[in-house]
Amino acid sequence: MTTPVKDPETKVKRPDEPLFKRLVRQQLFIPVAALALLVIFNLIADPSFFAVSIKENSLGNPVLSGNIISVLDNASELVILAIGMTLVTASSGGQDISVGATMAIAGSVILRMVCGGQVTADVMQMNLLLAVLIGIAATMCFGAFNGALVAYFNIQPMVATLIMYTAGRSIAAWINNNQLPIINDLTFKYAGTFLPGIPVPTPIFITALVILLFWLVLKFTTLGIYTQSVGINANSSRLNGLDPKFIKLLTYVILGVCVALAGFIRVSRSGSINYSRIAENIEMDAILAVALGGNALSGGKFNIYGSILGAYVIQFLTTTLYKYEVPSTALPAYKAVVVILLVVLSAPVVRSKMAGLRLQSKADKMTKEAK
Amino acid sequence: MTTTASKAPRLKAHRDVSDTNLLLIITVVVFFALYLSAVVFLGGGFTKPQNFLNILNNNASLIVLACGMSIVMITGGIDISVGAVTSLVCMAGAVNLEQQGGNMLTVILIGLGIGLAFGLVQGYLVAYLEIQPFIVSLAGMFFAKGMTTIVSKEPVRVTHEGFLAVKEARIIVPGLGANNKLGQYIPAYVETGVVIALLAVVLLFCVLRWTKLGRSFYAVGGNNQSANMLGINVHRTKFLAHVLCSLLAGLGGILYFLHVGSGDVANGAGDEMNAIASSIIGGTLLTGGVGNVAGTFFGVLSLNTIKRIVSSLGFDEAWWSNITVAAMLCLFLVIQSIVLLRKNTSKQ
Repeated sequence: MTTPVKDPETKVKRPDEPLFKRLVRQQLFIPVAALALLVIFNLIADPSFFAVSIKENSLGNPVLSGNIISVLDNASELVILAIGMTLVTASSGGQDISVGATMAIAGSVILRMVCGGQVTADVMQMNLLLAVLIGIAATMCFGAFNGALVAYFNIQPMVATLIMYTAGRSIAAWINNNQLPIINDLTFKYAGTFLPGIPVPTPIFITALVILLFWLVLKFTTLGIYTQSVGINANSSRLNGLDPKFIKLLTYVILGVCVALAGFIRVSRSGSINYSRIAENIEMDAILAVALGGNALSGGKFNIYGSILGAYVIQFLTTTLYKYEVPSTALPAYKAVVVILLVVLSAPVVRSKMAGLRLQSKADKMTKEAK
Repeated sequence: MTTTASKAPRLKAHRDVSDTNLLLIITVVVFFALYLSAVVFLGGGFTKPQNFLNILNNNASLIVLACGMSIVMITGGIDISVGAVTSLVCMAGAVNLEQQGGNMLTVILIGLGIGLAFGLVQGYLVAYLEIQPFIVSLAGMFFAKGMTTIVSKEPVRVTHEGFLAVKEARIIVPGLGANNKLGQYIPAYVETGVVIALLAVVLLFCVLRWTKLGRSFYAVGGNNQSANMLGINVHRTKFLAHVLCSLLAGLGGILYFLHVGSGDVANGAGDEMNAIASSIIGGTLLTGGVGNVAGTFFGVLSLNTIKRIVSSLGFDEAWWSNITVAAMLCLFLVIQSIVLLRKNTSKQ
C-alpha cells in the first residue's frame, strides 16, 4: 500500500536546502514519520510483533495470521472511509461525522435483504451483489441528504451531518424492527473473512480494488481538480463555470458509496450487527486519517494517498495499543491526545510561531558571530 | 420587479424586529403551540402541572448544558464535548463518594474542576491557536469518554447519605398540586437541581444582556474583525466563552448526577446533540452573533415536549426519540438557513 507518491511540489528542487528540510516539506512526511516511529517502537519492544505465520482457521483452511496481516485487514473499512472523507473535506472544508451511523444503516439494509426479513437465515434469500447494491443506494441517499444540507442550505458540514449522527443508528435499528438478524450462510462471510483456498483476507483485496478505482477516477476524470478548486474558492470556481454546489453534493454521495462498502465489509466479518456498537467512533478515526495524511481540514488541496497511509498508521497504532492490553473502551482517550498533538502541530498559528522562533535563533547566531 | 415590490413591506417588518427577538418569539410560540395542542388533543398526563414540572426535573442538567452551548455558539464556535464531560463528572463524583469517602463539597469541587480543566485546554486551543472548535471538542469528547471508563468501567451506585438527602429533596410548588385517584392531595414539586438550573439561566441572561463581557460575545460572533476594531480582545472573549461553556458542562454534570444518583458510562450520552438541538430551536444561529439563553430554555422545553408527545402517541421505542430530535434539528436548521438566505438577498 505504500506506493511511493510524488507530490508535484516536491519535484521542484531547491538545491540550496538541506535534504532533511526538503523531506519535512513533503506532505507525506508526517504519516511516514509516524509509521516509522511505530515500527521502530515495536521492533525495540517486541520484534515478534512482525511475525507472520500460516495457521488453520476454523474451517480448516490454511490462512496467514499475524499482527501485520491483522493491521492490513482491519484497516480496510477505515481506508475506504478515509478516501471518501478526503474528498468531502477537500470540497466542503468540513467533515462528515455521520459515517459510523450510516455504516450501521448500510449493514442493517444489507442484512435485512440477505435475511429476507427473518431474524436468522441459513441461506441467503437474495443475490449478494443485489443486496450490496441496495445498501449502496440507501447510503447514497443519506449522503445526498447530508450533501444537500451542506451545499444548498449552507449549513456547516459537521452540524449538518450531526443530524444523521444522531438519527443514523436509530434508523438502522428501525429498518430491522430492532431485531438483530444473523446470517449463517458461509458465502456471505467470504467478503469479510477469507475466500476458500486463498490465505489472504478478502477485505485487503476489496480495499486494493477501491484504491485502484479511485486512482483511475482521479487520473482520468476532472473530479479531483474540480473538488480542489471548489474547496479553495467556491466563488471563483462558480465564475469559471463550475457548479460548486453540485460538486459538493457529489462528494457526499461518493462518500455514501464508500460508507456502504465499509459497512458491508464490517457486517460480513461476523454475519450479524449490533446497532449501537458497530463502527463506533470510526468517524473520529476517519477524520484523523485525513489530518494525518497532511490534508488541510479546512479544505482545498488534498492528497488521497496521504489519507490512505494515515488510515493504516491509525490501525497500526490501534493494534499496538491492543497488544499492550489497553482496554478498547479507554482507547478513545489515547487517540484524542494524538489528535490534539497533530492538530496543534499543523495549526497555522503554531507553524508561523515555530518559523518565527527559527528565524529568531538564526538572527541570534548571526549577532553572536558578528560580535 | 413586481415580485420584489410586493415583498418589500414584509421585509421591512422583518427588519424592525431584530434577529434575536424574532427567533425567540418563534421558539416561544412553537413551545406554547406544542404544549397546548398536547393538552387539547392528548389530554391525560399533559393536563397535570406536575407533568410540566417533570420536564424540568428530568432536564435540569440539559438546560445548563444548552445555555453553555448557546454562549459558545453566539461567539461562532461549537462544543460537542459537553455530554461526555457530564458523564465524566458523574463517574468521578460517584467514585469519590463511594470509594474515597468524599462529601457533597468535594463532588461540587470535582465537577467544576473537571469542567474548568476542559474549558481551559479547549479554549486555549480554539481561541489562541485558532484550531477548528469542532475538531478540538471532538477530541475533548473522546478524551472524556475514554477517561470515564478509565475512572470506572462498572456503573457506580451512590449510597452516601448526605448526597441522597440532597437528591431526594423536593421543593413544593404551591398551588399546583392535584388530587390523585383516592382523593388525596399530592403537592407539585421540583428537585433541587431545577432551582440551580433556573438561577443559572437568569444569571446568564443578565450577563449576556447587560455586561461588557456578554455584549462582546455577540460582537465577536457577529463579526470578528469589526469586534477587533472596536477594541474587543477577540481571542480572550472566545477563550472565556469556552471556559464558561465547559464550566457549565461541569455544573450540568453535577445536576445530572443529583438527578440519577449513579455514575455510569451511558450517563449524558447524546446530551451534546440535545444541547445543540435545543440551542438551535431556541434561535441561536450557528453562524454566531445571534442567540439568547431564554430562547435556549424554551428550546429545551420544546424538544422535550415533542419527545413526550411522540412517546405518548405510541411510538415509545427508544429509537423514536433520537429520530425526533434529529428531525427537529433538521427542520430548524433549514428554517434558519432560509431566514439567513432571505436576509442576505434583501440586503442586496
